[in-house]
Amino acid sequence: MISLSQFLLFGAILFSISVAGIFLNRKNVLVLLMAIELMLLAVNVNFIAFSHFLGDIDGQVFVFFVLTVAAAEAAIGLAILVTLFRNRRTINVEDLTAMKG
Amino acid sequence: MEKIYLAIVLAPLIGALIAGLFGRKIGNVGAHSVTILGVAIAFGLSLYAFYMHVWGGLPTFSAAVYTWAAADSFHFDIGFMIDHLTVLMMVVVTSVSLMVHIYTVGYMVGDPGYQRFFSYISLFTFSMLMLVMANNLLQLFFGWEAVGLVSYLLIGFWYKKETAILANLKAFIVNRVGDFGFLLGIAAILMYANTLDYATFFERLPALAGVKVEYWPGVEWSLPTVIAILLFIGAMGKSAQVPLHVWLPDSMEGPTPISALIHAATMVTAGIFMVARFSPVFELSDAALSFVMVIGAITALFMGLLGIVQNDIKRVIAYSTLSQLGYMTVALGASAYSAAIFHLMTHAFFKALLFLAAGSVIIAMHHEQDIRKMGGLWKYMPITFVTFLIGSLALIGFPGTSGFFSKDSIILAVQASHLPGATFAYWSVLLGVFVTAFYTFRMFFLVFFGKERMDAPTRSHLHESPKVVTLPLILLAIPALLVGYFTIDPLLYSGFFGTAIEVLPAHDVMATLHEHFHGAGAMMLHGFTSPVVWLSFLGVALAGLMYLVLPNQLPMLFARIFAWPKRVLDGAYGFDDFNNVIFGGGSRLLGRGFWRIGDVRLIDGLMVNGTAHLIGVTALQWRKIQTGYLYHYAFVMILGLIGLMTWIVFLR
Amino acid sequence: MPNVLPTIAALNLMPILPEMILAGMACLILLIDPFLPRHGRNVSYALTLLTLIVLFIVTLLHMSPEVRLSFGGMVVNDPMSDLMKLVSYVALAAVLVMSRGYLRDRGMDKGEYYMLALFGLLGMMILISANHLLLIYLGLELMSLAMYAMTAFKRDDGRASEAAMKYFVLGALASGILLYGMSLLYGVTGGQLMLTDIATALTHDSPSLALKAAVVLLVVGAVFKLGIAPFHMWLPDVYEGAPTAVTLYLATAPKIAALAMVIRLLVDGMGGLMSDWQPILIVTVVLSLAIGNVVAIAQTSFKRMLTYSAISHVGFIMLGILAGTQAGYSAALFYAIAYVVMSIGAFGMILLLARQGYEAENLDDLNGLNDRSPVMAFVFLLLMFSMAGIPFTLGFWAKLAVLQAVVGVGLWWLAVYAVVMAVIGAFYYLRAVKFVYFDAPTDTTPVNADWNVQGVLALSGLLVLIWGLFPSALVGLATRAFGG
Repeated sequence: MISLSQFLLFGAILFSISVAGIFLNRKNVLVLLMAIELMLLAVNVNFIAFSHFLGDIDGQVFVFFVLTVAAAEAAIGLAILVTLFRNRRTINVEDLTAMKG
Repeated sequence: MEKIYLAIVLAPLIGALIAGLFGRKIGNVGAHSVTILGVAIAFGLSLYAFYMHVWGGLPTFSAAVYTWAAADSFHFDIGFMIDHLTVLMMVVVTSVSLMVHIYTVGYMVGDPGYQRFFSYISLFTFSMLMLVMANNLLQLFFGWEAVGLVSYLLIGFWYKKETAILANLKAFIVNRVGDFGFLLGIAAILMYANTLDYATFFERLPALAGVKVEYWPGVEWSLPTVIAILLFIGAMGKSAQVPLHVWLPDSMEGPTPISALIHAATMVTAGIFMVARFSPVFELSDAALSFVMVIGAITALFMGLLGIVQNDIKRVIAYSTLSQLGYMTVALGASAYSAAIFHLMTHAFFKALLFLAAGSVIIAMHHEQDIRKMGGLWKYMPITFVTFLIGSLALIGFPGTSGFFSKDSIILAVQASHLPGATFAYWSVLLGVFVTAFYTFRMFFLVFFGKERMDAPTRSHLHESPKVVTLPLILLAIPALLVGYFTIDPLLYSGFFGTAIEVLPAHDVMATLHEHFHGAGAMMLHGFTSPVVWLSFLGVALAGLMYLVLPNQLPMLFARIFAWPKRVLDGAYGFDDFNNVIFGGGSRLLGRGFWRIGDVRLIDGLMVNGTAHLIGVTALQWRKIQTGYLYHYAFVMILGLIGLMTWIVFLR
Repeated sequence: MPNVLPTIAALNLMPILPEMILAGMACLILLIDPFLPRHGRNVSYALTLLTLIVLFIVTLLHMSPEVRLSFGGMVVNDPMSDLMKLVSYVALAAVLVMSRGYLRDRGMDKGEYYMLALFGLLGMMILISANHLLLIYLGLELMSLAMYAMTAFKRDDGRASEAAMKYFVLGALASGILLYGMSLLYGVTGGQLMLTDIATALTHDSPSLALKAAVVLLVVGAVFKLGIAPFHMWLPDVYEGAPTAVTLYLATAPKIAALAMVIRLLVDGMGGLMSDWQPILIVTVVLSLAIGNVVAIAQTSFKRMLTYSAISHVGFIMLGILAGTQAGYSAALFYAIAYVVMSIGAFGMILLLARQGYEAENLDDLNGLNDRSPVMAFVFLLLMFSMAGIPFTLGFWAKLAVLQAVVGVGLWWLAVYAVVMAVIGAFYYLRAVKFVYFDAPTDTTPVNADWNVQGVLALSGLLVLIWGLFPSALVGLATRAFGG
């Protein structure tokens, strides 16, 4: 039997990996989108674990909404990515420095 | 009623705003119509309010209509306190203002700043109403400063004239001196009574009566004395009492309707009104009352003397205003507040009349104001002549005119007062009567009688002023002549002011006067047997002798005999020179010193520029943190998150 | 188990009537827009404004000083939400009216703009009325997704795309952090998602480590949208890169919604943990005031300067929240409303000066505005004075209110610090005024922006002046919003 704390630790590790993915990755914007998805999944793990161990269904309902929103978010993210690529001919994170200071 | 009070205040404001903001669009006619309408509404409603309060038995209204700001438990309100004192002031202010508005249509015709002028005088009416209708010191101060501002704008109305600019600057600076005292007084009230509301302050006043304050070790002052004197310093600035009087004669640089409205009839009486309003404080301090009386007496006599040597028609009247304000102040000092307000009212009418009539003369003379270049005008402008005569008679207190009743009451009140300085004040005001009569009729004879001394082109164009000018003259002449006779009994002896004015029994000179008062008619008859009237007749007679009978010999002779006093008077006792050299020069010297050492080196060099430099450098450094790299942004966020997390979760 | 699901008839839909109308109208406009003539989106524009007017009236009619819970307590309508919604409608309407000409000149006058604006507004309204973690999340995402899309709205502009990408990634990161906090809170409170239930669940015993971690995560997630330092990095780039019409949108109504989220989460939900979130806010406010005011000085772009000034303003708004008193919350709301009015005017100035094919975003573009349009120059002066907090403008009273709240809870040093920062801030506002009044214009043509822009600008100037002279009406509204 896997304990709650193990689930939470797993969630925390997933979350940390995704966060690290956002600021360590300096090349491809697509990886950022994936990291964001991973982050939401980490949260989902948390919710489901709590939901299961507390015997409360609300957490799982929450997860469905998060998944739905994640899909919408991914759609918007990809759309922005497309316009970015069309304008700049690159999706390199390091090249996004037109504005600074 | 609250809505009516609001309408009284707002009608002139709206008029002023329309004329000021849209003046160019609505044109001259639009500008004067809308402002006259606004003031007329205010006047009509003021009359109604007067009627409702005096005959309708309406109780004193005192409440806030709008809370402007609140700090802790303390409220800054906009509110009205309407009692008999207020309604009287409202009627006086709006009626004179209405006359001046109408008169201005004729006087300012063709002036490029026509709309601006109407906007200003309506704004003035609004400010003055705010001042008299206030129920708290903050609003009073707002009105106080607002009338000062409008006065400043109007003295410098012809802003291309250098003397006008200097004069408005002078008025502004001198009034700041007074305001300094006034503000300190307000602050003292706030500090000790913890309120700015009149009613609450007066309630808490008995508890403060015994409080002593010690500013220097060993010198103890009673709190009411401190507050009263500080407030009175404010009144000295606004009501032009010695030594803060120097701005008023110079303010005659403004257009004549302004001299009538602001610098004679209404604004300068704000100080008198304020002292009357705060009579409960002044009553608690004999020292303050004596101070008030002596200052008033000095102003009444010595400013009148200056009127003798003036040759500008408006300056003569300006000095007479100073002197009459002195009379009112003396009455305040003698605790005869009702007499002061009574004189304030009659003075408002006859002085506005005199100024407007003088303006009429000035129009006819093509803006020549030197009375030595006039003469014999009576046959060219009969209406102006008659109304001017009525104004002059009222000013010198000719029995039966309004000025007689009010001025005589003041003199009798001073005579009955037992405060220190009362004897000096009595002789001053008594002599003042002679002086007033002399300079008034000197001016009157020089202007309307004798040889026609103007140049030929002016003479050929002499004619009576248009109706729009003469109508207000006639309308003002009526109250100037009659208002005293009909109102002396109700105002002074029938408890008109009720609780608005408070007089301690020990100071109650009006009660003494009441014992000897047997109706206005009797007072008039009695007047002929008193020294007051004879002194004024003497003054008129002397003026007649000098300027009508022997105009070529006597004035020269007197000038030679009294050469030294005349020089003193010509220099206006040297107040201006003194101020210029000591205060002006001193503060310039001080300012330059501070500027060189304090400003340039310390503040600019070290603090301002140093700090600015430091911040500028910091800004450029910090700017570099915003690198533009997305992962840096995310990194900063995560860093912030981790930092906060560590601190809150593990370290606290 | 009896039937616990309420039937539709038993559900009272009245509390969400405005939201329903809005959703319906947004869908309607979405449907009919493709069938309208290719050029000119007059119908969509008119329908959008009509929707806002209807919403205003409906919300106004349903106003009540009581707290009304509905949908089993998930949705809350209280005086705060009523006021915030009304302000949002007005702000959005002002933004749309001003943006019209700008969008048309740049070929951006598309139906999507209005739809996205409306969906964003729907998100804000849900956020404002949320009493449930799920609703907070959904409202926030709905608002944010609309805002990301709007930022990238000018499809042929690389800067806009870049700004949108930065906004999107950082925004998603912030949402992730918020969600993570929510999941922890859900677990710690034993399965509570309703804010009121969370509040009752949190009243006893001292907070565990997990709960403290949840507080930090939630605070960070909540203040991100406001642009509080150090979570502000997205804000300058996004505001600068987005088309000015969109910047105007981003800088106004969403700030109100973000404030609502902070109040709902921190005050309604975790009011019992104030001793834990107050220090976080103090740190972030100290940083925001410093960064916002200092870095703004080094800017040459007026638009970017305003974005830094926005960071400092939200710092001031947070001062009211961290005071943790009723007076503080209403001061924060008062400040937020004042800020919305001022930023409509200030960002609107860029719209005023922009011409076809030219973005007037630099400080130089302000030079000599007084010679070109004295009225607009005066409005500009009023707005800058208000932002700087010079007495007897709206901004002064707003600053005074939050400072009073902070002093009221004994944080003297923080108030003094805020005043010092405000003084530093006054420098760049006054410098902008100097450009307008004392420098020779580079472009001497009279300003001929359409009357819509000039009218709204004049209105914002007028409000700043009138509320500056008579602040008590607005103060009263903000006080009543918190039952004061």
